[in-house]
Amino acid sequence: MELYLDLHSQPCRSVFLLAKAIGIPFEFKLVELSAGQQYSEEFGKINVMRKVPVMKDGSFVLTESVAILKYMLQKHSSSLADHWYPADLQQRARVNEYLSWQHMNLRAHGSKVFLLKAVFPVIMGSEVPKEKMDTAVQDLNQSLQMLEDKFLQNKPFIVGDKISVADLVAIVEIIQPVATGLDVFEGRQKLTAWRDRVKKALGEKLFAEAHEVIMKVGSLPQQMQNNSNLEMLKPKFQKLFS
Amino acid sequence: MAVELYLDLLSQPCRSVLIFAKKNNIPHEVRNISLMDGEQYGDHFGKISLIRKVPALRDGDFTLTESPAILLYLAQKFQTPEHWYPADLQQRARIDEYLSWQHCALRLHGSKLETETELMIPEVLHVEVPKEKMEAAVEQLSGSLNLLEEKFLQDRPFIAGGHISLADLVAIVEVMQPVACGLDVFGGRPKLNAWRDRVQAAIGKELFDEVHQNILGSQERVKEMDGSMLESSKANMLNLFM
Repeated sequence: MELYLDLHSQPCRSVFLLAKAIGIPFEFKLVELSAGQQYSEEFGKINVMRKVPVMKDGSFVLTESVAILKYMLQKHSSSLADHWYPADLQQRARVNEYLSWQHMNLRAHGSKVFLLKAVFPVIMGSEVPKEKMDTAVQDLNQSLQMLEDKFLQNKPFIVGDKISVADLVAIVEIIQPVATGLDVFEGRQKLTAWRDRVKKALGEKLFAEAHEVIMKVGSLPQQMQNNSNLEMLKPKFQKLFS
Repeated sequence: MAVELYLDLLSQPCRSVLIFAKKNNIPHEVRNISLMDGEQYGDHFGKISLIRKVPALRDGDFTLTESPAILLYLAQKFQTPEHWYPADLQQRARIDEYLSWQHCALRLHGSKLETETELMIPEVLHVEVPKEKMEAAVEQLSGSLNLLEEKFLQDRPFIAGGHISLADLVAIVEVMQPVACGLDVFGGRPKLNAWRDRVQAAIGKELFDEVHQNILGSQERVKEMDGSMLESSKANMLNLFM
């Protein structure tokens, strides 16, 4: 199995973490987003939408991390612990509910904060207007509140007592704005406790490995400035800031 | 025992859930939640869903939101015909891929167009939408429709292959939203047209028309709407779509 990834990307991290956590062997194919490698002719043949992650299992090519995660979970279900994607109807529904909700909520809001803080200044050559930043942070806070109040409540993990793929997808999204220096865990005891449980369940070492590049995001501006493709990339990034 | 479905048929995901329940003779009771009257903010609905969005399902003590999760729950619980969500790993993955992609693509772009250009913002909130924003919204929708045709359908009759599945159901209700705003979505798109006809035939024209009755008559009703009722949503809507 080949996984086309850039670990700066949240959905790439969830796919990477799951494959490693459940022991699925794969070949890591780097697609460097800040260098615009997703726009290469070669990658266009892999994925016309020019996004990561992409999975290639033999001749079967699949995009969308949620689909890739489910594919891996179902393909290996007989050798997997049930808690990753429970067979029980209601527990599975809870996982699916989170995986659906998160696209336009935590994922969207966390990404926006990250893009505005880490990428906007490089592309636009100026700081983000305060109002824009404040709105983005406010939206993120709302999503985090919903994660705590509706999805976690007083359970250790989203589904119940054990970690599932829902927690995995949630945690990688939260780390994105965190990597830019926004401490979302401050004042959020429930969230902090959950994060610690998730890290423990995955293994601290694996968690750190997956998040190594994003935590160095401070050096992203330099990487991007050095990239000769930057002018070409600018209009594409600008669309993300609206 | 019948499941309760909390719906407003003006909402795309409510339509996919109702079509699925009716088509498969799933015992259900519809509880109407009028979005235009702000009923999703009422105390009663707050007990069903903290997220205050439709559709929502209640099955005994169990409540569930997010249409993809609801559809999968109903399919699994009521053992609906296999083609809706095949056991074959790769076909299933194609459906999961579509269900994931559509959130931030066709669903978002169709909704944006409806809200920005045709219905909510100019007509009801009396805020002018700049021409470039309208054009950008149309362009984005067009991009999503192109991907639906070129990547998700290609030369297959339906998204997953030879038979209608949850993916086509979720797709068609989203495509109908801008249609209801008077946009000629199918013009110049024979492939999309042919797919729409197949989906309608598979669902049954009568059921399809019945479920779409409300949205297709909505343009007139919106003109009579009292925007003051939506003051609380106004900020959110402008933030999301402008």
